[in-house]
Amino acid sequence: MAAESTLALSLVEEFVSGLQDSKAKDAAKGVKDGKFTVLQLVEALGSSLTSSQPHTRARGVHLLSEVLQECYGDLTEREGTPFSFHILCWHCTASCKVTNQKCFQITAFLYPYMSSDDAYSCQGAISTQHFFLFFSTVEVLIAFYENRLKDHYVVTPPVLKGLKALTKCTNLPPGSAVSMLRSVFQDIHVQSLMLSERACVYSMLINIMETREAELKGLGADFVFGFVQSMDGERDPRNLLLAFQIAKNLIHGGYDLGKFTEELFEVTSCYFPIDFSPPPNDPHGITREELVQALRAVLTGTPKFAEFLLPLLIEKLDSDVQSAKLDSLQTLAACVSQYEHKHVAEFLQGLWTSVRREVFQTSSEKIESAGLAALTALTSCLSRSVLSSDSEDSLSTFLDFILKDCKHHLCEPDLKLVWPSAKLLQAACSASTRASHIITVAVMPSLLEQYNNRTQCSHRRTLLEVVQRFIHSVKNCQSSDNDESVLLAFREALCSIVFSALSESNSSLQITATSVLTSLAQQAGLLVESDIELALDHLTRLLLTEEDDRVSLAVVECAGALAQLHPALVITKLIPKLKKEMFTEPMNQDQEEVSELHSHHAVRQRCLSALAAVSIQPSVVQESTPVLLEVLRSAHTGSVNFSVDEVVLTCRSLQRIAERVQDSEEAGRCFHDVFIPHLLSLALQAALQGEGSSGTRSPLVEEVVLSAMVPVISTSCSRLQPTLAGQTASRAVSLFLDGDVSFLPDNSFPSHMQLLKKQEGDSWSLSRLVCLLMGSVCSLPRSVEVPQIDKLLSALEEMSCACSHPLSYTSAAKCFAGLVNKKPQGDSLDSLIQRMMKRVCSELDSPSSSVRTQAFTLMIWVAKALLLRYHPLFTTLTDKLFSLLDDADLGPMAADGFSLLMSDSTDVLNRACHADVRIMYRQRFFSENSAKLVQGFNAAPQEKKPNYLKALSNIVNKLPKQVQVTELPALLSLLLEALSCPDQDIHLSTLSCLEPVLVNPPQVLIQQLEALINRLLALISSPAMSVRIASLSCISTLSHFPVHEVLPFRARVLRALAKPLDDKKRLVRREAVQARGEWFLLGSPGGR
Amino acid sequence: MSEGTRLENANPVIFQRSGERVQTASEEDEDVHDPIDDREIFDILSINDPEHPLSLEELNVVEQVRVKVNDAENTVGVEFTPTIPHCSMATLIGLSIKVKLLRSLPDRFKIDVCITPGTHASEEAVNKQLADKERVAAALENASLLEVVNQCLSTRSI
Repeated sequence: MAAESTLALSLVEEFVSGLQDSKAKDAAKGVKDGKFTVLQLVEALGSSLTSSQPHTRARGVHLLSEVLQECYGDLTEREGTPFSFHILCWHCTASCKVTNQKCFQITAFLYPYMSSDDAYSCQGAISTQHFFLFFSTVEVLIAFYENRLKDHYVVTPPVLKGLKALTKCTNLPPGSAVSMLRSVFQDIHVQSLMLSERACVYSMLINIMETREAELKGLGADFVFGFVQSMDGERDPRNLLLAFQIAKNLIHGGYDLGKFTEELFEVTSCYFPIDFSPPPNDPHGITREELVQALRAVLTGTPKFAEFLLPLLIEKLDSDVQSAKLDSLQTLAACVSQYEHKHVAEFLQGLWTSVRREVFQTSSEKIESAGLAALTALTSCLSRSVLSSDSEDSLSTFLDFILKDCKHHLCEPDLKLVWPSAKLLQAACSASTRASHIITVAVMPSLLEQYNNRTQCSHRRTLLEVVQRFIHSVKNCQSSDNDESVLLAFREALCSIVFSALSESNSSLQITATSVLTSLAQQAGLLVESDIELALDHLTRLLLTEEDDRVSLAVVECAGALAQLHPALVITKLIPKLKKEMFTEPMNQDQEEVSELHSHHAVRQRCLSALAAVSIQPSVVQESTPVLLEVLRSAHTGSVNFSVDEVVLTCRSLQRIAERVQDSEEAGRCFHDVFIPHLLSLALQAALQGEGSSGTRSPLVEEVVLSAMVPVISTSCSRLQPTLAGQTASRAVSLFLDGDVSFLPDNSFPSHMQLLKKQEGDSWSLSRLVCLLMGSVCSLPRSVEVPQIDKLLSALEEMSCACSHPLSYTSAAKCFAGLVNKKPQGDSLDSLIQRMMKRVCSELDSPSSSVRTQAFTLMIWVAKALLLRYHPLFTTLTDKLFSLLDDADLGPMAADGFSLLMSDSTDVLNRACHADVRIMYRQRFFSENSAKLVQGFNAAPQEKKPNYLKALSNIVNKLPKQVQVTELPALLSLLLEALSCPDQDIHLSTLSCLEPVLVNPPQVLIQQLEALINRLLALISSPAMSVRIASLSCISTLSHFPVHEVLPFRARVLRALAKPLDDKKRLVRREAVQARGEWFLLGSPGGR
Repeated sequence: MSEGTRLENANPVIFQRSGERVQTASEEDEDVHDPIDDREIFDILSINDPEHPLSLEELNVVEQVRVKVNDAENTVGVEFTPTIPHCSMATLIGLSIKVKLLRSLPDRFKIDVCITPGTHASEEAVNKQLADKERVAAALENASLLEVVNQCLSTRSI
């Protein structure tokens, strides 16, 4: 016991007299660990607490508060007599040491808190020995602290700290919270305290509001008044955040604001609009946005503030400061969501005038859209209110203001205000069904009439665009209920203007009309079947006759939207016409009129893209795909003449269909039974024909066509359901390994074809079909097991190492890699990779080998497959790859290989093909290998260095931008080196790495500014124009660096930029003009 | 633009933008020399109007037909049309156009900026002012004038 109290005593001594702050921690730890009790600490503190020196007293209270802050949890648990008994002892000793009078004071102070029995038993107990027994620890501590608030001002900070710790106790005795607050409000003038003490008071309030809400509400408006007084004049952003939180709790918690509503509003609204820019390197990280949001939550919290807030907003909207306007508009939009019409009624005219002014004369889109959002919110607030018989309908009054000010501008489609007016009307229109009724009925007839009276296309187009946006805003407010459309009354008139616009010759009018048509079709229940039929007729006519690309793009898009909603009509009306048109041979074939042929080609092209666009619903797909397959078949047989381009486009359309069709059993069947067998069969027929006769060559023999077929097959396979996918896998494998052609349609193939064996005479027309095998087996879901996989893999390995035809060996390598990527982890996979590596290395290591390129291709693809799945054997392959950077022949190819490793490949090894792709494999590769690369660079002979730089810039280029920004500083010197080496490709890829980093320059870059600017300015006269453009655009970005850093370079850069203004290439000049303009603005008044 | 400052012409006629210049194959060819043409100068002049958040093109202040360039003879002539005949901003617009061209063209060019004949009340005075090299230089020494010009020439942010 004695040892314990000596420990406490020595800690107190060191803290109070020795001024060692760390001892507070030790003391708290001592209490927590049970080395001594708070009692013993308090006993030890006795002399300091009763010292006549205020600083010593403050120190003593400080220690106690610190300990309480750590141990308030323990306090409540051990609440009860033993502890209070000790407190008592302390008070007794204390009182004996000072004066008896002081003891009496304490007794008298605590007296009101005693129950009558306790009081009785204690009466006259001057020693107070038993008196304290009746109080719980917390009560005694609170009483003590409250009393200390009256002490010397230096004691106040630790006292507040202690009170704050006490407010965290979960079971404060009833009434104590209120009493604490009363004494704080009474004895302390909060705003004359220091920053951290003010924060202490606010946190106390927050703590108590969390736990003692009912008690505080009992205090009534006094609490609000106390808070208003204590935050009045607060200036620190950290404390303001706390104060705003308290104010928000007051409002949302349903506290009685009483007669202090206006005071609370005044004391918070004086900060509106928030004007705060955090100091640079602010450690607290408080942003303006945080403060804005916190204050907005207070101001918009209750309708009681409406009468004060709305005039304030109107006043602040008049401000010249853009951010004030924006904040006012956003606050307006937020507050009216709580209001009813009676709150806003008297301010409607003022609000409307302000919002209108902002939208009419705006200089920024942000303010405009905030203004429109505020108008929508205001209108929907008015729409919500319930009308009583005697009050006027404030919604229609308000909409009358809007219509009066805006409607007439819609009649001047070539003046500036037509758009702001339309936007305002539409914003109001989209607020509610009622509003949209009122506005549509008022505006639509005049718009339609205008359209019919105007003759200028530009006017008509503007009107049509306005109409479209009205249709859109009507749609927005009707999403939930099934009311009949507001537009129903105008259906006929709307259709007639759309169709008349589609029949015009002006292309922009046609484009607008198609988008109006789409919007109309999307209005549920508006258009009837005959309208859609007519629309489809118009679209078909445009598809077949209109030459303008933009128009046909819009038409195709519109047809796609209609097909989503009305598949049956598209099947009967559109598809047969397109089919007929595609299979018509061009007229005048003998005369070979080039333009005629050209336009016929364009028609077919448009028909193909339209067919792809409409095929989203499975029912449409079943009609459209046979047409496309028919095209391929006729092209092959030559029954109808299709060019190679057209066949490629057909494949693209099929691919697009395979990508976009809705997932369903039907679609899967269609892929499995129709797409895949037909394509394989056609490709095989073409290959056999190409091998055999000469004569007229089928377009399907061309390599571009074959390459276009691969994505069709791979997209279809990737979307198959598991059972169908399994069947497809075994069919494809048996076709390629065993020559099993039984599942192919038009079966007239020779038996025992050996598609994967080396062909006689090194013919590649059959061997290259391996790309189709890749398309099918590499895109299947990972759960599907590929049959005979080992045999397949060794055939592919053989082919990729032995074949001399680029497409064949590359496809075989990719196919091998795709299978390796999905093969389950295990010994068989490891031995497969090791076997392959052995073979590849032996080829690569013999300089005379004729298949080094092939071996390299196989290795790089397998490396990619392993990198993606984080396979441990990957490092073996990378080491080989790094060593190849020094190779005389393969060095540049190895450098390019890094780009392949880091980029997404389109046909295999991507997520769409269900490949095993781990997240962030690029970062991982970079972090594991960048050091090796830098080492290799430093060790390499001068003539090999470019390979390393190229590899590095290939890697960095593909990293996500955020990673680039963080990793680049370390590599900066190497990249600057890359800018001064002679290779233009390296320049380009390095510049493209640098550019995103320049937007938010790290400190390292700024330190190297001189070197960077020198190198960039040197590249302005590079022979390659792409390098010139890229370096100029980097220089342009440099002008946004901190002004004091770049200003010294201004004159030099401006002089250097004068030269490219006269560059022979226009694109370079454009970039130079841009960059020079920016640099002129630097450090100039009104600039930057 | 607070309520105090009324715009001289709050609801001007808006003209369609001509859209991005279509990039041709010859522009991407390294070896072909692209001469500076009217359209290129016109694109340089997509300057903001000091009063409206609209470009001079949309207000029809600058039109492509009123831009004449002769690359071989090193001359550029631009005529601009104020939105209203007594527009007080005419000199400022002219000055902005002139400054923009001075900054964007090689110094071999002689730059001539004037008001489209018959479109402004004090046409002659303004033209004289814009043609006078020394007065232009003096105007740009004036910090507050330069500030307005620079604001017209900077791409708007907020």
